Amino acid sequence: MVLTASDTAALQQLARDELPGLYALARRLAGRNDAEDVVQEALLRACQAFGSLRDHQAGARWLRVILANVWRDRVRKDLRAPRELPVDDVERFSLYRTLVEEDPFPYSDSLHLDFLSAFTDDDVDTVLDRLPPRYRAPLVLRYVEGFATAQIARMLELPLGTVLSQLHRGRRLFEREMWNYAAECGLLPDQGGARAGEREGGGPRWSA
Amino acid sequence: MISCGEAVRHLWEFLDRGLSDENQRAVEEHLAWCVRCCGELEFARSLRQLLRTTAEGGVPDDVRNRLSRFIDDLDHID
Ligand SMILES: [Zn+2]
Repeated sequence: MVLTASDTAALQQLARDELPGLYALARRLAGRNDAEDVVQEALLRACQAFGSLRDHQAGARWLRVILANVWRDRVRKDLRAPRELPVDDVERFSLYRTLVEEDPFPYSDSLHLDFLSAFTDDDVDTVLDRLPPRYRAPLVLRYVEGFATAQIARMLELPLGTVLSQLHRGRRLFEREMWNYAAECGLLPDQGGARAGEREGGGPRWSA
Repeated sequence: MISCGEAVRHLWEFLDRGLSDENQRAVEEHLAWCVRCCGELEFARSLRQLLRTTAEGGVPDDVRNRLSRFIDDLDHID
């Protein structure tokens, strides 16, 4: 389909405006290595479909849906695992309770918020990156990008029930990886990690 | 009546308003008396916030340059 010159110009402007957001989504879905390629393919597809975009105000959203479709087509078989993994202890993992039990900030009266504020945006990205794609994608599309679950089901061409259970498990996995990552990367004071000594007033558990 | 385990399992859906009316009410009733699950709820809210506000992050310069050129060239495809 050939676009008129003004349509092409409008699409180019939209693509330039949305580039950081598109790249961020591609990086979270596909990883750093494939992100650029996914963006390119999405833009090519957008050229073909631009005629079907009625509301140009909705262009940002529309481009993200196309990008998610491109990625889905690449990983289709990974998204539909033959069957769900067996229920294991991740189902019962609660980051909230783990924090209460392990008490990594023993002198804090806002333990849970202290834990979360130890994470930079890069840390959160890395944690997301550790999840298998079929759990990461619904989580990213739902909670980072704000798509509704029914929309995600259409984008990934999965039954709604599958998306809901992937979201459910994805949240648990995300919580567990937050905990593992914090422990491994020295985000917790008593782990003696690189970033742990920055706190003031340390007690015996983390004398730096 | 639902247990704490049951309530916690449904907290994110509860925040999404994604539960059936009956389950939504059951979680609400549980939260009305269970302090521990209220803590879980607040934490779930903070975690969602953390995901939502994760910055877009930058596009590395070389990637940005290549993609910008790619966008410029879109008027040459047919
Ligand atoms: Zn409870």
